[in-house]
Amino acid sequence: MNDYQYDYQTVKGFIVSCLFWGVVGLLIGLLISAQMWNADFNFGEYWSFGRLRTVHTNVLAYGLGIGAEFGIFYYLVIRLTKRPLVFPKLARFHLWLFNVGILLGAWSLFMGYTQNVEYAEFEWPLDIAVVILWVIFAINVMGTIFKRKENEMYISLWYIIATIVTVAILYIVTNLFIPSTLTKSYHVFAGVNSANVAWWYGHNAVGFLFTTPILAMFYYFLPKSTGLPIYSHRLSIISFWALIFAYLWTGAHHLVYTPLPDWIQTLGIAFTLFLIAPSWGSVVNGYFTVEADWSVMKNKYLTKFFIVGVTFYGLQTIQGPSQGIRVISSLIHYTDWVPGHVHMGTMGWVTMVICGSIYYIIPHIYKTEIYSEKIANIHFWIVLIGQLMFSITMWITGVQQGAMWKMTNPDGSLKYTFIETVLANYPYWQMRTFAGIIFVVGMLFFLYNIYMTIQKGKKEAAAKLATANA
Amino acid sequence: MSGNGNGLYSKALLFTLVATITVLIGTFVTMFYPMMRDDMHPKLENLKPFTALQLAGRDIYQREGCMNCHTQTVRPLKGDVLRYGDYSKAGEFYYDRPHLWGSKRTGPDLARIGGKYPDDWHYQHMANPQAFYEKSNMPKYDFLAKKKVNVSQTVAGMKTLGFPFQPNEIEELKNKTEMDAIVAYLQQLGTAVAKKQVILVDEKSVEEKSPIADKVKAVAEGERLYKIECVGCHGKNTEGNIGPAFADSARTDKELFVLIANGSEGAMPGYATQFTREQIWALVDFVNSKKNK
Repeated sequence: MNDYQYDYQTVKGFIVSCLFWGVVGLLIGLLISAQMWNADFNFGEYWSFGRLRTVHTNVLAYGLGIGAEFGIFYYLVIRLTKRPLVFPKLARFHLWLFNVGILLGAWSLFMGYTQNVEYAEFEWPLDIAVVILWVIFAINVMGTIFKRKENEMYISLWYIIATIVTVAILYIVTNLFIPSTLTKSYHVFAGVNSANVAWWYGHNAVGFLFTTPILAMFYYFLPKSTGLPIYSHRLSIISFWALIFAYLWTGAHHLVYTPLPDWIQTLGIAFTLFLIAPSWGSVVNGYFTVEADWSVMKNKYLTKFFIVGVTFYGLQTIQGPSQGIRVISSLIHYTDWVPGHVHMGTMGWVTMVICGSIYYIIPHIYKTEIYSEKIANIHFWIVLIGQLMFSITMWITGVQQGAMWKMTNPDGSLKYTFIETVLANYPYWQMRTFAGIIFVVGMLFFLYNIYMTIQKGKKEAAAKLATANA
Repeated sequence: MSGNGNGLYSKALLFTLVATITVLIGTFVTMFYPMMRDDMHPKLENLKPFTALQLAGRDIYQREGCMNCHTQTVRPLKGDVLRYGDYSKAGEFYYDRPHLWGSKRTGPDLARIGGKYPDDWHYQHMANPQAFYEKSNMPKYDFLAKKKVNVSQTVAGMKTLGFPFQPNEIEELKNKTEMDAIVAYLQQLGTAVAKKQVILVDEKSVEEKSPIADKVKAVAEGERLYKIECVGCHGKNTEGNIGPAFADSARTDKELFVLIANGSEGAMPGYATQFTREQIWALVDFVNSKKNK
């Protein structure tokens, strides 16, 4: 098929790294979930919720999420361009720098060095490192795409290009901070304007780190793992352009009922509702792809990771826009409903598709079969149960919280003191910790399966080499 | 469009350009354009830049990730305004770099916390929140009282932000703890807007004697509410702490009612937005039950 050897070292490196950071981030997640219902789980200055929450979000978003995306994108790009990376050694350096960056990032947040813009917490020296990291990645991937051997760019490459460009714009603008010392800086933007920039970034970081990259994987690995071609190329085109166009208008739905001028809020809400269409374009495209032969859901174990994953993407992109509407926002904003929403996306859609992609890639590059389909199935069901329990308990308690904050006595005074509204969450927060444990157990099955597949691949390669030499 | 090898999808550079322009349109309309408008940079007349001590406190607020649990924006909604006070105005945040509005209320909103409680309340509550609300999930920040303010970082910050300060202000800063700083920061939050308690009791409407004093359950209900909300300041057994002990209270029923309902500037918040008249009378009856007879 190809007259060169694919170099998968970097891909492997990123996959192993992202799994490592995934475990770290999940364990911190369990700890902070317990801190929510018992303050005794806070241990002094460093191990307290305020600091650890950002360690949790950053290590999982950037360590697990972006780490997986770097690895999987390198894999996708060389497959889809039918040529090696233009700078393979630069990719190794990228891997090295990535791990140092996440380590320093986690450490710095732990130390309390933070810009306090959600998902852009890293202080300015690390921001510079992140920009260098991204440029290195962009040069390699874009260079390889420009010099591709395959004339037509497949859908996944569109999403990869959009991700690279948009994340660069978002990250650089939002992180315009004026340094005062090595570990402290102040936003170039102030007050209302700072909030608008921060959520233009915050929402699109979700869009271009957790939506477009995952769609790039989805459009490649769904056909690969089912053997079925994508249902409609035209629908992919429409969905792509509508999605990347509309996303950038929507950040202000995070600022409903704040002092941000109303017209920006309303525009944000309107485009958020519009976003349902292109999001469901991809969902429908996925469903109709498998519509050609639903037996693959049963016969090919990987199919369900992508189809259930895209189902949660569909639910996420219905729930998200509905949350943006003023009347619903007034009830659930600032409550635990929102972490319930976020975790449906991250655990149900992002992690599901990343795991499915890794299940496809690892046997492929080790030239072997998956160690155990049975364990993969167990992994699937356990994480699904854990994630559903997590999200559903948070939705229930979020609505309860929002309602308790609003409820008044006949004379107009508040029915509940704030502490009463906090304590009412405790049983749900405890259930959420339990759900988190279930999810982590499911992920451990995944790690074990991947580890054993790698060992199996290595053994088989050694055996083959031995026979060849004999 | 596809497959013929000549379209947009086989021209990588052109594709990248078109994609870039596509994402820049919304970026321009909702982010860059507003930035050029005056209504994105409003400032209330009596809003003052942070003092060195307040900025040091704000830096600590950021460092400890307080915004992961506390918002700083009161929405123009009944529930918010009742609970926290007047809704947030755009011009209150002129000096906030970055904004600290937050996205989650695991704890209450802090946009109007300034002046709501006396300083002592914050010192004690930060050190041990569970002494105020037994099962509160807020971490203890007692370590702040043991650390001195980082003076050089604060001065660098004041200069970076262009806030005015006097040399003696910096001199005084050297003796301050991080706890002093964060309390100073919290106590100025929201103070550029006049304090407004939505429900205030008209003194003339208050009875001289508790109308429910003879009800059996009144004291028990008062005690229940006391345990939820009042133990921090008045003590587990009403022995007094930040607020006075009940034993030697000389206040009449009516005086107690008005004090609980409307509060006392800088000493005690008013509870008329939180409790019904009947509940406030129950609290009065509970106080009376603890008085030395």
